[in-house]
Amino acid sequence: MSHLLEVRDLEVKFALRSGDITAIDGIDFTLDQGERLGIVGESGAGKSVTGFSIINLISKPGFISRGSIYFEGNKISDYSDSQMRTIRGNRISMIFQDPMMTLNPVFTIGFQMIETLRAHKKISKSDARAIALEKLKKVQIPSPEERLDQYPHELSGGMRQRIIIAISLLVNPAIIIADEPTTALDVTIQAEIMDLLQQLCETEKMGLILITHDLGVVSQVTEKIAVMYAGKIIEFGPTDQVVHSPVHPYTTGLIGSIPGSTAPGEKLLQIPGMMPTLSNIPEGCAFNPRCDLCEPICTRKTPPLEKKQNGTMAACHIKD
Amino acid sequence: MNTKKPLVSINNVVKHFDISGGLLDQLSFKGGKIRYEKTTVKAVNDISLFVNRGETLSVVGESGCGKSTLARVIMGLYPPNSGQVLYDGQRIDNLSHNQWLPFRKKMQMIFQDPYASLNPRKTVRQTLEEPLRFHNPRLTSTQVNDKIAEVVEQVGVDPVWITRYPHEFSGGQRQRISIARGLILDPEFIVADEPVSALDVSIQAQILNLLMELAEKRNLTYLFITHDLSVVNHISTRVAVLYLGTLCELACAHDLFCEPRHPYTRALISAIPKVGEKKAKHIRLKGEVPTPVFLPRGCVFHGRCVYANDRCTREVPELMELSNGGFVACHAVEENRSME
Repeated sequence: MSHLLEVRDLEVKFALRSGDITAIDGIDFTLDQGERLGIVGESGAGKSVTGFSIINLISKPGFISRGSIYFEGNKISDYSDSQMRTIRGNRISMIFQDPMMTLNPVFTIGFQMIETLRAHKKISKSDARAIALEKLKKVQIPSPEERLDQYPHELSGGMRQRIIIAISLLVNPAIIIADEPTTALDVTIQAEIMDLLQQLCETEKMGLILITHDLGVVSQVTEKIAVMYAGKIIEFGPTDQVVHSPVHPYTTGLIGSIPGSTAPGEKLLQIPGMMPTLSNIPEGCAFNPRCDLCEPICTRKTPPLEKKQNGTMAACHIKD
Repeated sequence: MNTKKPLVSINNVVKHFDISGGLLDQLSFKGGKIRYEKTTVKAVNDISLFVNRGETLSVVGESGCGKSTLARVIMGLYPPNSGQVLYDGQRIDNLSHNQWLPFRKKMQMIFQDPYASLNPRKTVRQTLEEPLRFHNPRLTSTQVNDKIAEVVEQVGVDPVWITRYPHEFSGGQRQRISIARGLILDPEFIVADEPVSALDVSIQAQILNLLMELAEKRNLTYLFITHDLSVVNHISTRVAVLYLGTLCELACAHDLFCEPRHPYTRALISAIPKVGEKKAKHIRLKGEVPTPVFLPRGCVFHGRCVYANDRCTREVPELMELSNGGFVACHAVEENRSME
């Protein structure tokens, strides 16, 4: 097994009263050491569920119904809860969208960092504090000693997100999964946090899975992009190819609908309709009702993800 | 364009919010004396601008800079502490409730969150019917129905659906309904407060296209509040950049994006992530946004500005007109300090 992380034919379902719905429908991808992968898509495409399923944090009624996840050669999708705990937050960390929700408001930053460290390692409080301080310096927080004794509400949003990144770095993870890490932040802060993440990946040789709806952010930070639609990866490939010569009509539409890709004042390229709800995914290609190029085959057969001429993998019957 | 009379203009508007709470919270003990102190959030500080008929003026800035407060002051939802708001030459900030009514018909607002801004217990028809009947009590039922059908169709919602409740619609559809509610009275002026921020990219494009199309068809004037600069570049005629409740720069959209002058605008624009562009060097700002409770002296931006000098910490920069018709409030620009 050569890859750091390998996801094979992953399927996640949610058991609802009205029957099971499929949130993720057989996705495959790999991540190597120090590699940065972006997962993009609109709300409900299954991006976050993908992130959660890697560290087995899918809560009921969700469950992994098929497929396997390998990390450093071990099949972690078969791990028990206690085995998983040695991986989660230790070898694979996750950063969430809202830093205020992730930090506990009644404990100081230092307490929370030391607690995390001591949960994973047998070390003294003073050693833990030293490591915490070192990590805070690494995320370029001004006056880190003071921050250790402050409470989350005393810090700004950007600062809190830096703290979260520092916490995720505490135990030197091999992979960081960042789920919309900058969506709640302003543009100038977003640019700084993204710089920081990228820089950390390079210096610490960490893998990054960046989950976001913002193609602009993804295209600047990642090396590979997976575009998700209705629980499937519909296009996957090197960032440059996906962004500059996308094959799948959805990717094309998504890029075209970003203001800035058309001249100011011009009509934006728009994808008609909206993403189907997961309980009601159309037959064949899930994108067919919104696709201009739809042919009879698209409504009957689900297109496989296959190599296309531009160098990406895409799931489309029509375009090559 | 400046020869035309502006549709909306605001002069030296100030809006502060008192957050000091009850009397006992306002008392503090300092230096052996009991002091009575009020804490105020200085949301909007001395802002003047105008919106020309038929244009889209965008107001941008980061969270907490006073964009939404400004919008609400213009709409008469907050009375300003000082300053004037003029609509078509007539002062509207000091009107009584009844005097406001004719202006409400001409000025409408669209809000950010279509989940929160529509009444969940009213059907689409009821939502649209209420303002129409209230402002035009003489309309017959047929006229009301025709009007609703017309507007609903214009915003791209199937008229068959008007008997449904908001929860039956998706986010994009709900935002269309909010827009329909904004349009039902045939307003001239629409304040759109982050109308696309809560929507997905593909839906966002649909709504932006709709807003641009409606502006053309109905000759609308927009005041567009947003933090998303790529949206701003796409739809605006002119752009006003706010920082900590102060107007930093106001310019034609094209000029502002190609040649930003104010150091804050430059940082803001350099931070926009663009698709397919390898990481451009963005300008890093020092420190963090100060709280609007204790505004910095002098230029509000001086603590984060790399070009700031002594003068910036003492003197508040005046808004000055540039050769290209834009306005900027910055000592560094005024003195032609090198900004490389």
